[in-house]
Parts: sequence; structure tokens; C-alpha cells
Amino acid sequence: MDIRTPLKLIFLWLEGWFDRIFTPAWNPFYCLGALGYFYFWVVAGSGLYLYIFFDTGIPQAFDSVEYMTHEQWYLAGIMRSLHRYGSDAMVVMTMMHLVREFAFDRYRGGRWYSWVTGVPMIWLVFAAGITGYWLVWDELAQYISIVTTEWLDWLPIFGEPIARNFMAPSHFDGRFFTLLVFLHIAVPLILLFLMWFHLQRINYSKTNPARGLAVGTFLMLLALSIAEPAISHEIADLAKVPTDLRLDWFYLWSYPMIEEFGAGFMWWFAFAGTLLLILVPWLPPRRRRARAEVNLDNCNGCTRCYDDCPFSAIEMVPRTDGAVFEREARVIPDLCVSCGICAGACPTATPFRRASDLTPGIDLPEHPIADVRERTEQAAAKLSGQGRIIVFDCEHALDTAKLGIANAASVELRCTAMLPPSFIDYVLSRGLADGVVLTGCREGQCQYRLGNQWVDGRLEGTRDPMLRKRVPRERLLKTWASPADGKRFRHDVEAFQQRIETLGDPSDASTRHPTKETAA
Amino acid sequence: MSEPTMNAPKLFGQAVVYGLFALAVGYLATRPVWSHFDASNARLLVSFTHGGKTAGDCHRRTAKELAELAPNMRMATVCTRERVPLLFEMSIDGSPVHRESLPPTGLRGDGPSRIYEKFSVQPGRHEVILKLRDTKRTEGFDYERRATVELKPGQNLSVDFKAAQGGFKFE
Repeated sequence: MDIRTPLKLIFLWLEGWFDRIFTPAWNPFYCLGALGYFYFWVVAGSGLYLYIFFDTGIPQAFDSVEYMTHEQWYLAGIMRSLHRYGSDAMVVMTMMHLVREFAFDRYRGGRWYSWVTGVPMIWLVFAAGITGYWLVWDELAQYISIVTTEWLDWLPIFGEPIARNFMAPSHFDGRFFTLLVFLHIAVPLILLFLMWFHLQRINYSKTNPARGLAVGTFLMLLALSIAEPAISHEIADLAKVPTDLRLDWFYLWSYPMIEEFGAGFMWWFAFAGTLLLILVPWLPPRRRRARAEVNLDNCNGCTRCYDDCPFSAIEMVPRTDGAVFEREARVIPDLCVSCGICAGACPTATPFRRASDLTPGIDLPEHPIADVRERTEQAAAKLSGQGRIIVFDCEHALDTAKLGIANAASVELRCTAMLPPSFIDYVLSRGLADGVVLTGCREGQCQYRLGNQWVDGRLEGTRDPMLRKRVPRERLLKTWASPADGKRFRHDVEAFQQRIETLGDPSDASTRHPTKETAA
Repeated sequence: MSEPTMNAPKLFGQAVVYGLFALAVGYLATRPVWSHFDASNARLLVSFTHGGKTAGDCHRRTAKELAELAPNMRMATVCTRERVPLLFEMSIDGSPVHRESLPPTGLRGDGPSRIYEKFSVQPGRHEVILKLRDTKRTEGFDYERRATVELKPGQNLSVDFKAAQGGFKFE
């Protein structure tokens, strides 16, 4: 069994519950990366305030933190707690984001770049957190200083063990905090740069969670900061061994590992873990699907594919074939994930074309639009009687064919947004079926990020190519369904079948709504 | 994405989820407590860096040897760069606790030797004997320090070595 399957099912189950509680628009699972950004800004903002009052030196560093925690508890103290809990929440979101992208197989092919650029960010998140705990200069900071430097000393690159700086009070210089402050500011700045880098191949990237979710999560952090304020241990004393430590397990889980298994083990663990994460997009070997291809004879440079590509894999360049159009689409093969959304956006991808081959301006060589039309017609041929349904589904969502719904035939697509809206018109106007069902990944859960959004826009008439007005909407059902939603989907479709049985033949103009087009 | 419609049960559910998340974050941010060292014991930390003497003898070049060299390379005396490994020994209350040969660092073995070791010790009065050999001799030690130390529970006592200051010192 695929290692990702159980993880994916857990996520789907949880996300189903969260859809009910938060609604898809506010579901935190659908914006884990954006929540990571949000927590970053909470940490940056609170850190900026703390920096005003932080003092370097011994014992000034500890004293200044104590002042903020106890004397100015109402603002600096809360800021300190927000700083801590925001950082912890950022680790949670980062890790969940990573696991979820893995579970849903969203890290391979053209998406390797976002995955790989995320790996060094993990190191930077931990480096930023650890240097932050170091600055407080309490017993925990003392412990972190010693174990961190012992860990670094395992590398045979330091002439003198740097852990010696913490072996006795006389060895330690307060100017060390100046270096630490620099690191604690520089590392998050590098992290921010990488966060920007991380999104370079993502079109319409979402870096802000929905406002309601942002408000809710901030209030949660604030409430936690008031209920359980962050406090320090006793002041560090190098003449004593710190014993009972209240570790922040989000950041400091590796310290007990270093103590239990040794610094060498931890280096190998970190090195092997990093290497594995970097290599994961290419493990196990998988043949990449053929990328989208532009057919210039059918491309008029309309930019719809360029606008709809979720991964910036299409660029508009000056015309090369001497045609009268100003520009043409060009696929950037390294960025293309072969989702087919571009073909779904192409105005020439209409199944009504019969005079010439159905070759759109842009298409997937292994899954062409002409093949979708052929499979649609084959599916229709299996149906008979009343309540005939053609289901267009997504290969990453519910496998509707396996449900065996009576008088319903499925046509699987790479993504539901790969389907040009004219197919719905084609099916109904040609009487291939009495109703059309569109389904795919749950709202906000699209394998290719924006599929649901583009389908919604096309059906609602807010995004090109739009579904023609003449198409009877009562014969169309859009219901998103993940692999965990089979029961609900079956119920929705069977109820839909019952409704359309009362409507008559879809190709009969008299049964349609008298829209302007049909009236004409 | 469709605009969210909220009602009391949903808001209540969200409050529960936020509460559980806050509980998890608040708990794991400081708990469970990690006890890595028995507070009833004391710690002796031995750490120093010190370069042993060079491993080979110096050689004074003859006039003939010098003449064979380029004028800018006619150094009269040449010594080997490699240093001898240090031999460190520590005993507490007459019992040997640690004995280790410390190799020189550096690609050519010409860097200082180093040690960083921690020992957990029962609190109380102890006689500590520290010995170090940093020459080519095969018997005996070049530095030795005997000291009686009084250790308290949880105390961290450091042992350093500075040849220029006479050898071992407690901090």
C-alpha cells in the first residue's frame, strides 16, 4: 500500500470535520502555509517590541526579560508570550504543511521546487527559535548553550571547543549576546527571504489566511498568553548544573536526543533527515507525465491558460509563426504539473468542433481533450432510460465509477478544471445524458490548488471560459467529494437523478428555460 | 470559495478547536519537565586545549645541505611539525577515573590536543589528582595537580589547564 494513503485518509477525515465546523473558507487545513506566514508576522511584530526593551550583557539580558515579564506584564509580558506561542504554532503549521503536502502527493514533478526550498526553512525556523531561548539567559538558556555548543563541537572544525565558553563564569563574555541578537534577527530575515523564494513557482499564492481564521487564531494566542504567560527559569549560573528544565518541546525536542544518543547520532540524524527530505520528490522513481503542449494553429494568444495555470508554467511570448496575433502561449516544461487546467481554459477546446480535429490551442498529449470527448460519448452510450447521468470527476478525488450508481457513467479527468464548460452544454444539448455531475477535490482541497475556484467561476459566469446561459442549470449538479465522501456523493447524485427525471429530454428545447439565446 | 456562513454551533465548535490547540501548545511549550542530571550529584567538567611538544627532533642543516637549497629557503634549523599526543589521567579519592591519550588536531597533526569530558560525582570532600604528559617521555608526567575539593549538590566544578599559569586549575 502507498505509504501516503493512510496519512491522506486521516487528513480527509479531519478536514471533513473541520469543513463542518469552520466551513471550507476558514478551514485551517486548507491554509497551513498561510497560517505559517501569519504566525511569522505575529512573531516578528511581537519580537520588534521586545527588542526595544531587551538589553545585552550579563546579567542585563536576564534582568531585561524579567522586567518585561513581570513589571510590564500587561504589554511586554504578553508580547513575550505571543512571541513564544506564535513561534510554537509556526512549528506546528510548518510540520503539518509538510506532512499534508506529502500525504496528498503534492511535492513531485513540477512541484519539487516548493518542496525542496521548504527544507532549509525548517533548519532556519529551529535556528531562530533556539537562539531566541538562548537570549533569555536563564537556566534553560544555559543548558541550551552548553548542549548546542557540545553538539557543534562534534564537528572537527573548531580548534578549541566552543563549549568551553560556558564551562565557568570567568569564561563567558556578555558581548556574546550581541552576536546572539544579531543571529536572532538575521536568521528570521533569511527565513523570510526563503519564504518568498518558496512561492516563486506558485501562481496566486495564498500567504494570508481568511480573515475570520486569522482573527480566531490570534485571539487564541492572546488568550493563551494571558492564561499561561511565558516565564523564565532562574538566572543562569555556570557554577551550577541546571537540572529540571521546562523544555519547549516544539523547538527543543532534539536536546534530550543529543544527551541520550550523543552528538554524533544527532548530526547523522539531521544530515540523513535533511538529505531524505530533499530527495523525497524523486523517490521512488516515477515517470513524469507529458507536459502540456501548445498548438499554435489553434492558439490566438488569448492568455486564458496563462491566467489559469496554478504553477506559473505558461508564459506569453511574441508570436513565432507569423500569425496575426500579437502573442502565443509557451509552456515552461519544468514548471508544468500536467494538470490540464490550461486545456480546460482554452476557448478552442470545445467538443462541438467537428469540421476539424478537436485540437485545442493547448492540450495534454497523454490526456487530450479529444479523448475526453470520446470517453464522454462512450460513457453516454452505456446509459438508457430516464435519469441518465454523466459524472465528470477528478482522479485525485472520489473515484465515482467504483460507486456503481445506477444509470450514471463517469469520465475521469486530471482535474475537474480540465473540463471546458462547453462539455456540459455538449452533453445536454446533444441529449447524451439527462444531467451532468461535476465533482472533484473538496472545496479548498484541490490537488492543483485552484481547480475548484476556476470551475466555480466558469459556472457562475465570472471567469472565462464561461458556461453558456442556454445550459439548463437544473440539470447540472456540482458537488465536491473526496475519497471519504462516497456515501454523501451517492445520496446527492441519486437525489439529483430523481429531480431530473421530472424534467424530460434535455435536448428538447421546450424543456429548457427560455433564455435569450434559446429564444433567439 | 464560497463565503462562510456562521452560526452558534459552528462558532462553539471553533472555540473548542482553538481551545484544544491552545491547550496542546501551552502544555508542550513547557511540559513535561526534562531532568537530565541528578540534582543530588555534582559535576566535574574537565576541558582544556593544549599543544604537546613536537614529535621529532630539530635538525641543523649542514653547509652542504644549505647550499643545495634555493637562497630563499635556507633555514638553518628545521623541526617536524607533528606534535606528540597528550596523556591525561585523573583519579578521585585514589581511584582512576579517566585515562586518555589525546591526539593532536589538524591535518598535519600539528594542532593542539583537546578534551571536553563531564563526570558526575557524589557531593562531599574529594581528593582529585590530575596528571598530564605533553612530551615524548614514556614514563611519568610533566604536570600534576593534587587538590581537595568540596562539592555541593548541583555544583559544576570546571578543571582547566594553562601551561603558562602552572598547569591545572579549578574554576
